[in-house]
Amino acid sequence: MSLHPRRRAVAVQWPTMLWLTIVWVLLWGDLRLGNVLAGLAIAFAVTVLLPLPAVASGGRLRPFGLIRLVAHFARDLVVASVQVGVQAFRPGPPVSAVIGVRLRSSSDLYLTLTAELCSLVPGSIVVEAHRLTRTLYLHVLDVDTAGGIEAARQSVLDQEERVLRAIASDAQLAAAGLGPVPAANRKRGVTT
Amino acid sequence: MSWTTVADVVAAICLLGGSLLAFAAGVGLVRFPDLLARMHSATKPQVLGLILVLIGLALRLRNGPAVWMLVLVVAFQLLTSPVASHMVGRAGYRTGKVRSELLVVDELTADQNAAESEADARDAAPGL
Repeated sequence: MSLHPRRRAVAVQWPTMLWLTIVWVLLWGDLRLGNVLAGLAIAFAVTVLLPLPAVASGGRLRPFGLIRLVAHFARDLVVASVQVGVQAFRPGPPVSAVIGVRLRSSSDLYLTLTAELCSLVPGSIVVEAHRLTRTLYLHVLDVDTAGGIEAARQSVLDQEERVLRAIASDAQLAAAGLGPVPAANRKRGVTT
Repeated sequence: MSWTTVADVVAAICLLGGSLLAFAAGVGLVRFPDLLARMHSATKPQVLGLILVLIGLALRLRNGPAVWMLVLVVAFQLLTSPVASHMVGRAGYRTGKVRSELLVVDELTADQNAAESEADARDAAPGL
């Protein structure tokens, strides 16, 4: 039984088709009209024959939030990689922990994005995601490197906030208890 | 000094840095004590190492179609690697492959036990 009874039979999913066409063109490395049309045809066939439930985001793309999210992610990826790399050569086993973090947003999409980004960056991987209580359980490799349990918890919440500020709508932000950024805090938000 | 020389030098730095990170990831896989710690090694340094190696490769190849292919490899690596480590970690946790004596805090087991005892309490007192 499908979890998504609203799945429509023939609803053309333009974003998915666009993404599949881009992948096709990149794979061939050939931006000619014929190739793009072939990609479009295959993308259409894939979305019609193998439909997936549409992702209901209802969000709004904020360019500055997105830039901050990506820049922060790139920096975190380097820092986390070096930390884990150094940890690999350090004598003695790391002091690990499994912590539960209750997220503020109830959307599946933001839960997924936060979990995905947290797996890659702040010294943690997601062990279990509980959708009903919107709780992520993360394994922290080294508690001391992460700056303690509470700091690790806070970094997950910060990550979620950056995701929400990048793509969520005003209503979703308010529902998660994150109002629009006041002008005074905006500068501080960039540096944290 | 021409641009090709600069690109070659940057490519060499990226390739060496990437290899170093991939090596660190390999050492981590061998040295870390349990499954979850090993998953860290398989996601973070490994992903960045691969990205650096591919950037170095792109700078050295300087050839359109090949570079776009490398961009795709990076995109899919970033998308799939956390999912893979999550699935392995979750399966390991559920089948008891996690060495809980290595954890200073374990809120998942605590929450699971709490939920279980709550369910037991409900079963014991159905009248309430």
